Amino acid sequence: MIALVGRDLRLALRSGGGFGLGLAFYLLVAVLVPLGVGPAPATLAAIAPGILWVGALLACLLSLDRLFALDAEDGSLDLLATAPIPLEGVVAAKALAHWLTSGLPLVLAAPVLGLLLHLPPPGYGPLVLSLLVGTPALSVIGAFGAALTVGLKRGGLLLSLLVLPLYVPTLIFGAEIVKRAAAGLDSAAPMLLLAGTTAGAAAILPFAAAAAIRINLR
Amino acid sequence: MSIWEYANPKKFMQASEAVLPWLAALTAVSLVVGLIWGFFFTPDDFRQGSTVKIIYVHVPSAMMAINAWIMMLAASLIWLVRRHHVSVLAAKAAAPVGLTFVLIALVTGALWGQPMWGTWWAWEPRLTSFLILGLFYLGYIALWSAIEDPDTAADLTSVLCLVGSVFAVLSRYAVNFWSQGLHQGASLSLDAEENVADVFWYPLLVCIGGFVLLFLTLVLLRTRTEVRMRRLLALLARERMA
Repeated sequence: MIALVGRDLRLALRSGGGFGLGLAFYLLVAVLVPLGVGPAPATLAAIAPGILWVGALLACLLSLDRLFALDAEDGSLDLLATAPIPLEGVVAAKALAHWLTSGLPLVLAAPVLGLLLHLPPPGYGPLVLSLLVGTPALSVIGAFGAALTVGLKRGGLLLSLLVLPLYVPTLIFGAEIVKRAAAGLDSAAPMLLLAGTTAGAAAILPFAAAAAIRINLR
Repeated sequence: MSIWEYANPKKFMQASEAVLPWLAALTAVSLVVGLIWGFFFTPDDFRQGSTVKIIYVHVPSAMMAINAWIMMLAASLIWLVRRHHVSVLAAKAAAPVGLTFVLIALVTGALWGQPMWGTWWAWEPRLTSFLILGLFYLGYIALWSAIEDPDTAADLTSVLCLVGSVFAVLSRYAVNFWSQGLHQGASLSLDAEENVADVFWYPLLVCIGGFVLLFLTLVLLRTRTEVRMRRLLALLARERMA
């Protein structure tokens, strides 16, 4: 499984495209929003938590259709399905690699973009922490969506229709953490719920995704 | 004699053909009686005036929108466990009906909310979770129409239905946590002494019964269509082989 994660990381880093795209998209969202709503710091500070989370969500979505599609095209997904490690493990490893290449850079970039959006100072720590806890759920849920649509020629749009409703709990809890922290309130309760959502998704969805891949490979 | 005999498409077609006219007639009678009784023979509410009468459409369709998903969940599970084609076709047939009920509930709610709350829409728990439920229906229908092989489509949509159910419940509570409600509490519950005054309660019961029957009628009708479509595809495939 570690070898698989390493392989996916190398592929993402060396094949170009994909890897930096999500990050660039995230940056663009953070730049475009002030251009759209005007530069008033008070307005921006009020919407910054939501924008940062929605941007992370969409940036994560961008690279999802490559998660299994490339492997399905060149046949390595068939090999992985017959490999000695269970398919559930393959899904988990690929979701982890996806998170390392698209989720983690978003987490690291978020404070800088928070600066652009005038996020109030007490919000930075919780912003990074909430993204760190929440984005793995985005990758795992996305892996499930990608597994459902892996056999389709043009699954990208369908993928977003399937995956975005599943992101709702993560988005609500994540943005709520940052909003509360920025307002100086206690954000422990949404943080625990977010962590619970991530843990639950990571526990259940690899099985559903593996089932979907088996159906698609049949 | 068990219920599983109706999983045989031939048995199902025979039985549903016999039942359908009666079901349709019963639906028509109960809807006509319930709606006319509700609209014309109940007093106006003290504060809400005649807008209260939207309850006869809004509440039953909202209930059926949720029940339709539960029925799809059960049918998907039956397909995954026992591989009965009729079951998964019933789930497929129920999805657009459920989506329609979601839309009816949202639209009637908006029509009522404009004069009563002063707004068509509010981002509050019940409305939001209903909108999300509508999105789940959309995704389910889109996945069905995107996949060509019927068995693959049936399997994948069933898996989606299971996962979607978990997340629909989760979203419901997340949304509750997120914002305060404007929507009034549940108007109906089984353990309350009296839910709403009896004058409104009896026609409402008739309407709920009518919507349940309407759902059953539509799902049976659409399932029959799906079964026929499946047969047609099989015939076409056989012709091509020959």
